[in-house]
Amino acid sequence: MLDPIQNLGKSGLRFFERLGRACILFARILGGLHTLIPRLGLVIYQTYSVGVLSLLIIVVSGLFVGMVLALQGYNTLVDFGAEESLGILVALSLVRELGPVVSALLFAGRAGSALTAEIGLMKATEQLSAMEMMAIDPVHRVMAPRFVAGFFAMPLLAAIFSAVGVLGGYFVAVGVVGVDEGAFWSQMQDAVDLRDDIYNGVIKSVVFGVVVTWIAIFEGSDAIPTSEGVSRATTRTVVHSALAILGLDFVLTALMFGEI
Amino acid sequence: MADNNILVKTRDLSFKRGDRVIFDGVDIDIRRGSVTAIMGPSGTGKTTLLRLIGGQLKPDKGSVIVDGENVHELRRSQLYQLRKRMGMLFQNGALLTDLNVYDNVAFPLREHTNLSENLIHKLVLMKLEAVGLRGARNLMPSELSGGMARRVALARAIALDPMMIMYDEPFTGQDPISMGVLVRLIRLLNDALGLTSIIVSHDIQDTLSIADEIYLLAGGKVVAKGSGDELKQSSSEWAQQFLKGQPDGPVPFHFPAEDYADDLLDGKPGRAQTRM
Amino acid sequence: MNTRIVEIWVGIFIAAGAAALFMLAMKVSNLATYTNDEGYTITAKFEDASGLKERSPVAMAGVRLGRVTDIRFDNLTLEAIVTMRIESKYNTLPKDTSASIYTAGLLGEKYVGLEPGGDEASLKQGDRIKLTQGSMVLEKLIGQFVSQFLSDDSSDKAK
Ligand SMILES: Nc1ncnc2c1ncn2[C@@H]1O[C@H](COP(=O)(O)OP(=O)(O)OP(=O)(O)O)[C@@H](O)[C@H]1O
Ligand SMILES: [Mg+2]
Repeated sequence: MLDPIQNLGKSGLRFFERLGRACILFARILGGLHTLIPRLGLVIYQTYSVGVLSLLIIVVSGLFVGMVLALQGYNTLVDFGAEESLGILVALSLVRELGPVVSALLFAGRAGSALTAEIGLMKATEQLSAMEMMAIDPVHRVMAPRFVAGFFAMPLLAAIFSAVGVLGGYFVAVGVVGVDEGAFWSQMQDAVDLRDDIYNGVIKSVVFGVVVTWIAIFEGSDAIPTSEGVSRATTRTVVHSALAILGLDFVLTALMFGEI
Repeated sequence: MADNNILVKTRDLSFKRGDRVIFDGVDIDIRRGSVTAIMGPSGTGKTTLLRLIGGQLKPDKGSVIVDGENVHELRRSQLYQLRKRMGMLFQNGALLTDLNVYDNVAFPLREHTNLSENLIHKLVLMKLEAVGLRGARNLMPSELSGGMARRVALARAIALDPMMIMYDEPFTGQDPISMGVLVRLIRLLNDALGLTSIIVSHDIQDTLSIADEIYLLAGGKVVAKGSGDELKQSSSEWAQQFLKGQPDGPVPFHFPAEDYADDLLDGKPGRAQTRM
Repeated sequence: MNTRIVEIWVGIFIAAGAAALFMLAMKVSNLATYTNDEGYTITAKFEDASGLKERSPVAMAGVRLGRVTDIRFDNLTLEAIVTMRIESKYNTLPKDTSASIYTAGLLGEKYVGLEPGGDEASLKQGDRIKLTQGSMVLEKLIGQFVSQFLSDDSSDKAK
């Protein structure tokens, strides 16, 4: 029985085939960016649906993550009499890791899945075909605006997540467990570096935004045009995005913060 | 191009879906200014033929020449230029579901022209009036019936005044009145604007009444062609069976399958559906 | 959805994002205290700079004057060369200032502590601090005094 080996070979081939298609789509989206200049309205509308509509979940999650960090951090630090460093702990964890990563995971679940379902359904109902026959390239009209919106929305969402998280940490640290306010901020400012920490965090979130939006758009446009096909594609978007985010986070962290 | 009179010309067109041969050497000529009907049993590939002409599918062999250009040798930008001059009415309408009726019809105008909103407004209302749906302009596609959606799609297809329009089953789902209006509209558009129309349809009476020429497809080939009268007179068994709607004859009603008795006796049973 | 409302919301979103980035830069990170002036750099050789990192603080009398910008290994003397950037407003540090590596708090970071000497002239760009005391590693503490003089001798002769 050659079956298992054949299957392995087949799925390997399929993987590379899909990767190839995804890269072609990516190149075509980049090639179509200039067509967005007269269609700025579309980008704004898509920024609304990927960015503004993700705002609530980002703010609420950021707040709670920051508060939990402060609470947990306090319990550990107080044993060493280092609770004044709580600000450092909260800020560095958020800015370097949790802000970009958690908000990208939430973004994949909230906006990425919606993008895939929307594009997949447009494909299933032949709307994309109809556009092609009207001589309107769906890559320019449908995918490029969504890509640009994701590209801009993700870093902003991550920054909002981190900022709200720091505020949540501040409320718990200063308001609840009684860390000195001055020490909280000044230690934080002393330890957090604009270039090493903030810039690198923003770069991470830009990379995550591009990758998640790319995956979501590709899965939608590559979905089997049936209701089951679209639902599978939506699931794949969330799973693949999460894996990509965590894997890339490791690589980027090693590149950015790794000591030799 | 020797024959300037022919707008669409397919030669030796062959197309496969997986292992299934859909077309096997199809030659079709569509004269400028004519209404040509493509008829054939369900599943023979009429929709597929329209997609091949529109350049959305690539033939395995043979060529499609539209207005002197080989559709499948064009670069993407050239193909899109050509498509601006083709209108296509999809079988299910394919309206953009997040735009209302008005915006759907205005869509190609806004995308391809720099007309003022004022002018677009007038054009859209004219097209909608032509299909009798001016009053439905604020409805969303989900609020339309199947027949209405197809009429909106027709209004959208003629929005840019193309040189040719491909209608995929425009009459399905229309009541006798709107059917009559549509038939006349297609003829009128064709003659008044000098269009070329390709109609895919199952409706024999109405199609015969407006088509200048009819191609009958079956089994991946053109089995009969000619004007309505020619077909009626024709001795082709295919034509006779199709026009009269007889179950027995050369056109199979069934999708290709193994022998019925064999299938019943020892075919593999399917599994119980547990997925829906 | 009304286009105007969409636009307003997108505007609010972008403003909120910009405000968040601004807060991260000004309130969370050191941008507010980050003076644009390049300051001046001085170096010091330590026999042991373990625990010291780039960006570790450099302080005198408990006030941070600058940061460590570079730590290298000197192939000749087999010591660590630490480069520090001092803000330009602190320009009256005596030439014979000494440097030691301390630990802030029990578990805190290592930092470079400077103690003033009595020289009239002050440290300038590129100067080297000669009197140094490396990280306190207990096992080495005793041998430290001996090697200290030796290394001072050799660096004097090199001049
Ligand atoms: N995406 C596809 N993948 C595989 N096979 C397909 C696909 N689309 C169509 N086919 C097959 O191609 C054949 C022709 O399909 P097509 O839609 O062109 O038929 P049709 O002549 O338009 O039928 P109808 O009159 O019912 O609309 C069908 O037998 C169908 O099984
Ligand atoms: Mg069809």
